[in-house]
Amino acid sequence: METSTFTTKVGLAQMLKGGVIMDVVTPDQAKIAEEAGAVAVMALERVPADIRKDGGVARMSDPEMIQGIIEAVTIPVMAKSRIGHFVEAQILEAIGVDYIDESEVLTPADEEHHTNKHNFKVPFVCGARNLGEALRRITEGAAMIRTKGEAGTGNVVEAVRHARTMFAEIRRLQTLDPDELFVAAKNLQAPYELVKQIAELGRLPVVNFAAGGIATPADAALMMQLGVDGVFVGSGIFKSGNPAKRAKAIVEATTHFRDAKLLAEISRNLGEAMVGINIDTIPENELLAKRGW
Amino acid sequence: MTVGVLALQGAFIEHETMLQGLGVATLQVRLPEQLVQVERLIIPGGESTTIGKLLVRFDLLEPIQQRAAEGMPIWGTCAGMILLAKEIAEGRVEGQPALGLMDITARRNAFGRQVDSFETNLQVPVLGEAPFHAVFIRAPQIDKVGEAVETLASLDDGRIVAARQGKLLATAFHPELTGDARFHELFLGL
Repeated sequence: METSTFTTKVGLAQMLKGGVIMDVVTPDQAKIAEEAGAVAVMALERVPADIRKDGGVARMSDPEMIQGIIEAVTIPVMAKSRIGHFVEAQILEAIGVDYIDESEVLTPADEEHHTNKHNFKVPFVCGARNLGEALRRITEGAAMIRTKGEAGTGNVVEAVRHARTMFAEIRRLQTLDPDELFVAAKNLQAPYELVKQIAELGRLPVVNFAAGGIATPADAALMMQLGVDGVFVGSGIFKSGNPAKRAKAIVEATTHFRDAKLLAEISRNLGEAMVGINIDTIPENELLAKRGW
Repeated sequence: MTVGVLALQGAFIEHETMLQGLGVATLQVRLPEQLVQVERLIIPGGESTTIGKLLVRFDLLEPIQQRAAEGMPIWGTCAGMILLAKEIAEGRVEGQPALGLMDITARRNAFGRQVDSFETNLQVPVLGEAPFHAVFIRAPQIDKVGEAVETLASLDDGRIVAARQGKLLATAFHPELTGDARFHELFLGL
């Protein structure tokens, strides 16, 4: 018997596919998320919209608070560590979270190195804006990727940009002559073996969710139709007028993402969506997606 | 013959890939109108709470129970096994729907949290001598089986992880992840 193999790490993400992972800040919110049909919750102290508003350094959440959420639900619980802060990751592993998100939403602890995720038994999900970034994270041991989007904005435009970029780059690799993959690997700044594998598979070797700005059932279905395996919804649910209803609707839209008639039903009477932010009004140095490299 | 794979949430594409590798036509089942087009049904791994709620919201629970009563073979892997079970150890979460078709008591997350997920080789006599490489992810186990239920595989410590009752099959692990098609063949023969 062998525990925590790469197969079991990637395998949990495979079981989350077609599902919605929701940010929650209290055990009560976690229960609302579970009741709505979330496949997992992300336990954190402040949703990205509040992190953006409050400013300052955003760190790993209090283990006591995460533990409270672990005890409140039966679905998997994820939590965020800062980029490169491998001790926060060690602590999260020790308290028994099911997945760690090494996240650009928190303030990076290392501006050069990400955490060596091979050193952990708990699996990691990491953000990426493009294929090269995704492949570097996978090389470091990430078992799941999420396109970054721009967290805490309620604006899906960056999530779309990153998903389109990633899938276009994968399709481009598939058109190359095998002799051309060496230079492709150099340009992507990613290992040749992994690049060759992507060219053959036509997809990432791990599960790929969308994140960062999804606020409506239509947003979730849009990302699914673009080709992601599932969605993370952060501020979009608990910053809206009726979180329970909206959470349930986003879950349903992620399942029936190609059925426009059903999506129309699902989208009715959800109350107010979170107030969004236009990306071009955010100062360059406050863009979260630029963190990580 | 078309085999349906319940596609509300979870690892349904992996099952379709295995079945297509065996030359079998598959259909993703999300609504009752797809259920009527299939002769068999696989309920994949995923989150049993999520799949259970969506079964009710999209009116699939009773039609599946009805088809099972008419003899349609159903196979549940992991979350699917929890949904097939008549009883859940320590009870179901309040309001959690299930199919409740198979006379077994399933225990959710029986091996602990994600860091306790594991791979192992299982002896499965009904599949022949070669061991079956099994992947367990936040897996359930079967605490108790009824008289009509045949145990197909247990771990070395005796915990039951695969069982069959008439045309119903349940596995706590994920044969769709390992490339060994023997469980899929067994299901197609039910």
